[in-house]
Amino acid sequence: MAKTGIIYGINGPIVYLKGDAGFTMNEMVYVGRENLVGEVIGLTSRGTTIQVYEETTGLKPGETVTGTGAPVSVTLAPGILTNIFDGIERPLSEIAKTSGAYINRGVSVDSLDTSRKWKTHMTVKKGDRVFGGTIIAEVPETPAIVHKVMVPPDKEGYVLSVAEDGEYTINDPLVTIQTMDGREEALTMTQKWPIRMARPTAKRFPASQPLITGQRILDTLFPLAKGGTAAIPGGFGTGKTMTQHQIAKWSDANIIIYIGCGERGNEMTQVLEEFSELIDPKTGNPLMDRTTLIANTSNMPVAAREASLYAGLTLAEYYRDMGYHVAIMADSTSRWAEALRELSGRLEEMPAEEGFPAYLASKLSAFYERAGMMQNLNGTEGSVTIIGAVSPQGGDFSEPVTQNTKRFVRCFWGLDKSLAYARHFPAISWLTSYSEYLNDLGPWYTEQVDKRFVDYRNRIVYLLSQESSLMEIVKLIGGDVLPDDQKLILEIAKVIRVGFLQQNAFHKDDTCVPMEKQFKMMEVILHLYKKSRSLISMGMPMSVLKEDPIFDKVIAIKYDVPNDRPDMFEDYKKQIDRFYDAVVERNA
Amino acid sequence: MAIEYLGLSGINGPMVVLEGVSGASYDEIVEMTVDGNKKKLGRIIEVYEDKAIIQVFEGTEGLGLKNVHTRLTGHPMELGVSEEMLGRTMNGVGTPIDSLGEIIPEKMLDVNGQPLNPVTREYPRNYIRTGISAIDGLMTLIRGQKLPIFSGNGLPHDQLAAQIVQQASLGEDSDEEFAIVFAAMGVKHDVAEFFRKTFEESGVSSHVAMFINQANDPVVERLITPKVALTLAEYLAFEKNMHILVILTDMTSFAEAMREVSSSKGEIPSRKGFPGYLYSELAALYERAGIVKGINGSVTQIPILTMPNDDITHPIPDLTGYITEGQIVLDRVLNGQSVYPPINVLPSLSRLMKDGIGEGFTRADHQAVANQLFSSYAKVGDARALASVIGEDELSPLDKKYLVFGREFERRFVGQNPRDNRDIIRTLTIGWELLGLLPREELDRIDTKILDEYYQPTTPEEGI
Repeated sequence: MAKTGIIYGINGPIVYLKGDAGFTMNEMVYVGRENLVGEVIGLTSRGTTIQVYEETTGLKPGETVTGTGAPVSVTLAPGILTNIFDGIERPLSEIAKTSGAYINRGVSVDSLDTSRKWKTHMTVKKGDRVFGGTIIAEVPETPAIVHKVMVPPDKEGYVLSVAEDGEYTINDPLVTIQTMDGREEALTMTQKWPIRMARPTAKRFPASQPLITGQRILDTLFPLAKGGTAAIPGGFGTGKTMTQHQIAKWSDANIIIYIGCGERGNEMTQVLEEFSELIDPKTGNPLMDRTTLIANTSNMPVAAREASLYAGLTLAEYYRDMGYHVAIMADSTSRWAEALRELSGRLEEMPAEEGFPAYLASKLSAFYERAGMMQNLNGTEGSVTIIGAVSPQGGDFSEPVTQNTKRFVRCFWGLDKSLAYARHFPAISWLTSYSEYLNDLGPWYTEQVDKRFVDYRNRIVYLLSQESSLMEIVKLIGGDVLPDDQKLILEIAKVIRVGFLQQNAFHKDDTCVPMEKQFKMMEVILHLYKKSRSLISMGMPMSVLKEDPIFDKVIAIKYDVPNDRPDMFEDYKKQIDRFYDAVVERNA
Repeated sequence: MAIEYLGLSGINGPMVVLEGVSGASYDEIVEMTVDGNKKKLGRIIEVYEDKAIIQVFEGTEGLGLKNVHTRLTGHPMELGVSEEMLGRTMNGVGTPIDSLGEIIPEKMLDVNGQPLNPVTREYPRNYIRTGISAIDGLMTLIRGQKLPIFSGNGLPHDQLAAQIVQQASLGEDSDEEFAIVFAAMGVKHDVAEFFRKTFEESGVSSHVAMFINQANDPVVERLITPKVALTLAEYLAFEKNMHILVILTDMTSFAEAMREVSSSKGEIPSRKGFPGYLYSELAALYERAGIVKGINGSVTQIPILTMPNDDITHPIPDLTGYITEGQIVLDRVLNGQSVYPPINVLPSLSRLMKDGIGEGFTRADHQAVANQLFSSYAKVGDARALASVIGEDELSPLDKKYLVFGREFERRFVGQNPRDNRDIIRTLTIGWELLGLLPREELDRIDTKILDEYYQPTTPEEGI
């Protein structure tokens, strides 16, 4: 018999019960006649506090609250990929079928399709010893991803019987095990896992491989490791969402979990439409085949917004346990923090900075620490990478969410308003951004790309920082009075900014650039710099150098050299050499 | 007959406390009768076992602890909607005030609305021509978009909104139904009058439903006005297949009303005294723009807000910018130079533009021209800053060209006659004429092919 309580008071998404109904902390409950989903967030002997994940309009004191006996959990089984869920893992397409264009309240739908039959291949046999995490079956969930059915982390035993290979639903028993205390237990494809609890792993590895995104400023200048954490802060219109879309599209993660947390409805629709059409160049399948969307748009109930990040994270950990590299796009963590603030305000808790609760920092750190490159319980290796957008109020990075996020992420991609105004995209500022993974990933770049890669990268960054200090002078006295070697630095920095850092997301080649091309582009730019510098040191003025269209040609490399033609770079180097010879000859 | 409760147990600002109630539900609407004749509406914003806290829409003036009868209606705030409302003027809660008689509702709808399921949304792609170069060319308005005007006191935002309403067209061959829902929150009497007159003069007033809450009307009513207006808009768009343009003015008054009510409730403030849920509340309004799959109508929103002290980082414009799909920012300096419309293009943006322009919509070179104009105009700022330090004469020839470009851009592209209704080709042609002022190698955002087709060096017009 489920435990029940009676509603005493209602204040927005917060509902109070009088007395102790016997619920446990974080237990999922059904509230009122419409069975709204809620979670227990406070318990005292005098009363129980519940946050409701749906609109509470029409709820009355005196209605019943029923406990489920389990914490708020997500259902984990095949059928998660290609789907779009709300903040508590209810499939939005199913909700649309039952309630039309709008999201009604109290809709009860299964998280995953329970009638669909999946082609299943069993991977254990009778007598096998199985542990939490052992893979018992494989299901081709989408053409791109094989779903590995695992023993839930808290179970182990000996296999008593195994079903034949065949087609099963997610609730059909596949394997019967005898647990260590002698009971028999049937395992299906389905497991449930509480969203606020990290799934266990065997070991955490240090960062050693980059998450390749195809975006030059990220891969080359500020790389992110697989299993790492990154924050993208920026005011509105600076391109947070665009950057996240680009990473979701082109990064070399196996699986993408895209969490739209308190953002625009049209954006989720766009991801849904675009990702179904776009083809993943690595697998040849639609990008949607490796993607799951979690949508809690800004007008959806605020409590579910708080839960949506954890729901997405748990899905990600589940796929990591199968041995996949998963990347989470959380857009935006500020909305999540605001949901915390709103609930905290309703609970009349003592506020800290700007009304945010004092536990903001610990909640943020708990969230980001669930990322990592892990050895799973079943021995496979997988990773969860978190890329969180931050929407600082007024674009001011000193506000609490940005500052606290900065403490817990190791990669900071700061978006700059003035770059965005000049339509320099991605508008990631090369002066304020940083990546702490540079040293960890150096060996990978040396081995996999080129041994000069890190050196070139550092020289590019050095040129940009020199440009920035020269610009201080130019702003005061104009560029004409600078000596020629400094003019050259400005000119080369322009080539880097326009030709290398700016990247066109709508151009078929430029939208995603392989590492080899990124490296060669740097090489050509630095070659141009080297040759020009020796011309300058021979006394040639910058104005003579600029007569040659070579600078513009190098800028246009991103468009003119297709991604699969790295051989063309040799020709560019030759052109630079010819430019050098021609200038020397003409002015000798 | 529902039970009526006599008397109140407390009144605090716009909030009253009613004790001894039973069966009250959260967010329910109550009807209050004062002194046996005057009726007021209220909403239950907090409810405990036998106690309800009620927010009174028409203000608590005249209310006493003994002279009020309260009746529970059993449902949340509803609006009786009807196609008849087009051409009518209502107050902030939807009651007609134009003495043309009652409106017979076709349907009662909950004004709070419900979130649109992202799965059933259709991504907006059809562009709306406004005839204003700066908007059409650089921050194109798309059907189903929410594109606010960020303005300041004394700037011509009303004029601009009225011009958009008059000139907005869905394309030459469109015979689709088009209507306007206008909601005024806390506006001055003159502003409401200006819009009424403009709609009348341009002959569109039979297609306009006006909801007016003036500056001296009750503050709490203001909180419900945009919801009422959007409920009608949704009804007309998604059940009557019309294309609806919603003008909400002034969102600043709406947000300030929210602050006022929040502080009288004793809530913990976040920034500048605004409640922590300002974002959610604004989002619940703005997100009601859009298109639903399989339905021919659409809701496009143009909210107007006046930035307090012209500060774009103030919480109201800031949070709005995070929700809406771009913004049109008006600028006091340009206005001072008599540039109309005084749109500061650099912080302005339309997020949906990229999918609604180009080949098949406007012209293939549109995006490239827009990018280049933005990028070149951004450099004008640098050149001007330098000129103010070292003087214009000392600038390099290139910087001088940028100064000319900037001046011409503001004069000819941004600036236009209020009656000038430019088509997109005209807008792009002016764009190319302006880009012609710059040397070709400065145009680094445009493909070589497009440059070959359209680029022509030009000289500035004489007699500036």
